[in-house]
Amino acid sequence: MTQLERRQWDVVVVGAGGAGLRAAIEARERGARTAVICKSLFGKAHTVMAEGGIAASMGNVNAGDNWQVHFRDTLRGGKFLNQWRMAELHAREAPDRVWELETWGALFDRTADGRISQRNFGGHEYPRLAHVGDRTGLELIRTLQQKIVSLQQEDYEEYGDYEARLKVYQECTVTRILKSPEETGEGGTGQDGTGGRVAGVFCYERESGRFFVLEAPSVVLATGGIGKSFKVTSNSWEYTGDGHALALLAGAPLLNMEFVQFHPTGMVWPPSVKGILVTESVRGDGGVLRNSEGKRFMFDYIPDVFKEKYAESEDEGDRWYKDPDHNRRPPELLPRDEVARAINSEVKAGRGSEHGGVYLDVSTRMSPEVVRRRLPSMYHQFKELADVDITAEAMEVGPTCHYVMGGIAVDSDTAAALGVPGLYAAGEVAGGMHGSNRLGGNSLSDLLVFGRRAGLYAAEHARGAEARPVPEEAQIEAAAAEALRPFGAEGSADGPAENPYTLHQELQQTMNDLVGIIRREHEMAQALEKLAELRVRASRAVVEGHRQFNPGWHLALDLRNMLLVSECVARAALERTESRGGHTREDWPGMDRDWRRVNLHCTLTGATGPADGRIALTRRETEPVRPDLLALFDKEELVKYLAEEELHE
Amino acid sequence: MATGTQPPPASTGVRGPSRAAIAPRHLRTDRWWLAPAATAAGLLAFIVYSTWRAFANDDYYAAPYVSPFYSPCLAENCAPMRSGPNWEIFGSWWGLSPALLILIFPLGFRLTCYYYRKAYYRGFWASPPACAVAEPHAKYSGETRFPLILQNIHRYFFYAAVPVAGILTYDTVLAFRDEHYAWGHMGLGSLIFLVNIVLIWAYTLSCHSCRHIIGGRLRHFSKHPVRYRLWDWAGRLNGRHMQLAWASLISVAVSDFYVYLLASGAFDDPRFF
Amino acid sequence: MSTGTDTDPGAGTGTSSAATGGGTGTSASASAYEAKFRVWRGDADGGELKDFAVEVNDGEVVLDIIHRLQATQAADLAVRWNCKAGKCGSCSAEINGRPRLMCMTRMSVFSREETITVTPLRAFPVIRDLVTDVSFNYTKAREVPSFVPPPGVAAGEYRMQQVDVDRSQEFRKCIECFLCQDTCHVVRDHEENKAAFAGPRFLMRVAELDMHPLDAAAESGLDRKKTAQDEHGLGYCNITKCCTEVCPEHIKITDNALIPLKERAVDRKYDPLVWLGNKIRRRGE
Repeated sequence: MTQLERRQWDVVVVGAGGAGLRAAIEARERGARTAVICKSLFGKAHTVMAEGGIAASMGNVNAGDNWQVHFRDTLRGGKFLNQWRMAELHAREAPDRVWELETWGALFDRTADGRISQRNFGGHEYPRLAHVGDRTGLELIRTLQQKIVSLQQEDYEEYGDYEARLKVYQECTVTRILKSPEETGEGGTGQDGTGGRVAGVFCYERESGRFFVLEAPSVVLATGGIGKSFKVTSNSWEYTGDGHALALLAGAPLLNMEFVQFHPTGMVWPPSVKGILVTESVRGDGGVLRNSEGKRFMFDYIPDVFKEKYAESEDEGDRWYKDPDHNRRPPELLPRDEVARAINSEVKAGRGSEHGGVYLDVSTRMSPEVVRRRLPSMYHQFKELADVDITAEAMEVGPTCHYVMGGIAVDSDTAAALGVPGLYAAGEVAGGMHGSNRLGGNSLSDLLVFGRRAGLYAAEHARGAEARPVPEEAQIEAAAAEALRPFGAEGSADGPAENPYTLHQELQQTMNDLVGIIRREHEMAQALEKLAELRVRASRAVVEGHRQFNPGWHLALDLRNMLLVSECVARAALERTESRGGHTREDWPGMDRDWRRVNLHCTLTGATGPADGRIALTRRETEPVRPDLLALFDKEELVKYLAEEELHE
Repeated sequence: MATGTQPPPASTGVRGPSRAAIAPRHLRTDRWWLAPAATAAGLLAFIVYSTWRAFANDDYYAAPYVSPFYSPCLAENCAPMRSGPNWEIFGSWWGLSPALLILIFPLGFRLTCYYYRKAYYRGFWASPPACAVAEPHAKYSGETRFPLILQNIHRYFFYAAVPVAGILTYDTVLAFRDEHYAWGHMGLGSLIFLVNIVLIWAYTLSCHSCRHIIGGRLRHFSKHPVRYRLWDWAGRLNGRHMQLAWASLISVAVSDFYVYLLASGAFDDPRFF
Repeated sequence: MSTGTDTDPGAGTGTSSAATGGGTGTSASASAYEAKFRVWRGDADGGELKDFAVEVNDGEVVLDIIHRLQATQAADLAVRWNCKAGKCGSCSAEINGRPRLMCMTRMSVFSREETITVTPLRAFPVIRDLVTDVSFNYTKAREVPSFVPPPGVAAGEYRMQQVDVDRSQEFRKCIECFLCQDTCHVVRDHEENKAAFAGPRFLMRVAELDMHPLDAAAESGLDRKKTAQDEHGLGYCNITKCCTEVCPEHIKITDNALIPLKERAVDRKYDPLVWLGNKIRRRGE
């Protein structure tokens, strides 16, 4: 094999979304030579899709807001399964992270007195989301991108090289985290590379297919989510769970992977845009949900615990928009999981719309002018993509896979992945922060708060290393062979060659149908069987053509990650016999206080045969919430979530 | 575009060595040539007409109307106009058409106007003929050099265009007389003049330079609420700059032609009152 | 038509799956038909337009068809894409000779008979198939000096009025699809101008910063109005508005960014008295 190109850095950040860029900025500002590596072009990360805003308790619109209230909202949203220290840090630091963006050139919408405007959102007690119209994510990514450019300009002044201390490797993919050889000689170095320290990453350039290695003592994973394992998703092609899989393969556990958020309203038609988000504000501003019989079915789906808080008649619900103090809110505004389940049931019962969704209508309540003014991007989205004029007709919507709450198990303060020295994770790929369900707006602030922390501690770790860990040669060779395999294989005695696109479609269908919004034991068992079958077939996946910008090959490599992550989701979902937040079991419909104390960790089994299950589950007890933080809640509320003995501690 | 017009060698632009190997200069399937052709034809028609009228030095006054091409009239050889804008600044030595003295200002204003620039760069110079259609020039330096760098003086023509528009406004007021100079009358000519002057003002005030001067140059609108409002208003007009440019061009020509018809006796002004 | 081309039927278990999922031929649904596509395939060493016949279903966009080609007829067809909702600006290409986002070009705008030609952006070096080397844009982005924070104003103390940020906010809607850079004849037709000309996207960035209510570049000795002309090649722009025509975000690049920037440069550079003074002084040297 020809000599691979190797570059030395102090910190390598995998992913160039909000968390990755924020981590890179921090690491570079702390003096670490930092490389960012991303699958798309710089500035195209999925963060651009975020619409609503960044949750931060600046109190610009309502001075009553503070970090404690934000913390409380976050824990309620996550049904108390959040890693409480993360939620605390997040709530405390979010305002600083937002203000800092302004010093880098961000232009948020303003209040009348010139401060950053903040908007209401589901689950947030006060108006809290800093925003720029409905393109907040774009503003965030652009600001971070431009800050990186500004740091590069500084380096150019100083060294005559823009990339002297901060470089973006765009359109490159990482396929393995490399580690140094085990220090203790016994047992050799297993293929899964457990033990040892992080020493770099193995990558290929999408454009040329060329392999290269970035050596670094610290690696930050900021690769986002897993939505592309599901058929209907609001996520982009990049969301193949790369970071989750890389961490697993490097020996780090994943936490609570069963919690996947399905947003109730995604577009269902035309097929090209299926899954694209229809913002929650549509319902907030008065959109009503109807089935094919024209019935506002949400009134039939109000769960007992919410009976007192939601309207019982359409008239009352309608009055709430004008007079929220004396009326109860319409059931269209129930939490995301409730609405998603209701829509799912209606469609299953045969009362769905023409294209398999339900109708969301704003035209009956608002005049065309008001619709266009308050929902400009929705108006254009439907006009341009679906040829539907939402000022006159109803939208067709259905649930769409949106976000994974689970992720790499990390230390709350340092964002360090458990068990792998030198590995850090931030953003959607990290678990714990959002518990079992994420509030809208908390994800952008999560990116900034923990992106910064990951960059900070990764830089410190790199500086603290006495000697640079050197990647083990055997791992590099194995990684190269693994990446080239789809070119060599031609099927085998076990079966014919497989098309990666077909495998991907079957995987998405499996996850969508069997580990989707509503989960049942036998379906998940079936899913695990199907995943095992797909794993076997994926080992025979073959691509044609050559290595230069070959999307078929890229997909074949991503399949490994999606299969691993899907197995984590399915196994954890099968294990957790309760319904909580983003995990709904038809056979276990209630929330169980005992389960609140349980975190499910996924790790590799070390199995080698493709048919063997790759994932093992372990139960870990959650850390008790610090008493001063518990004291922020009423006793009656805590009783709903905490087991007896926790209350008395 | 101040340089050659020979077709480019095969090795530049969209057919350059690094670009995707596609032979045609463009792959557009729509009638992209229609807009530049229509623009060129329209501008050419106006040029022919206005050149004839500007050099004619005749038939530009029919009481109470004076052709906008000849107003203000600044030489001794002007036709006498009662209370009209004729001042003999240039005295008797000027022997050519007096229109030439004043037309330089509106002409310069329109020639350097951001809209007309687009129109003739596309229509006459094919630089570019239409979007994503390769232009037939080997080199291009845009407005970086003489003479096109002079396009930057647009705003000074704007300053000049304002008093000219003021005088045409005065002409319009004078048009509310009858042929015996008695006030309070109106004919078809008055109406044409009125429409023309409204369009002239709308075009002038929708000018990009105007928009810049009255507010666009400010950094903090919040500290200049009146100028902000004016800027906003100019911005709205500016959105229709192209339409106004054409409408006022036509209305000026129509006004002039109407005066020509009256002065040459081909037509009688229908009086309303 | 292979069975692998079926697009999503309903919400997995929805009632509509029978309608669209069952049929594989064009007769199953009145809306499906076979379209004629010509897609440029090749790399820096050459290539050609290849003809394809491919199934099209109701409501699809050009990017869907390209994906169908990948899945069924040309597995290694290179194309960039991300969000598929017109928000990331990755899938820029030229469709029937016009620079557009593939994800925002609905098939319904074409007649069923016409052949749809898809090529890579023609202003940038081609890499493979529909993917071009857009590094020109990243180079230019680095050449624009960044936002200069106002000295003495702490984070959290920034105060700006909405009317003062409106203008720059319009420009920050830019999704960096680089269609304006692609269509601009200054660089599209004249490779040699690339060194001197930043292109509409980055001249707009200069305008955005110059209109930012708190940018302290001037105080730090950087005159953006002047450098727009001197260093970023504003003078090359002849305001023929193709950038505005192709912008998928409908940003009025020419009227709101480039022309105001030209006027600002005039403020600095073409005030006749200042200009004359400079000329005389330079002669004297």
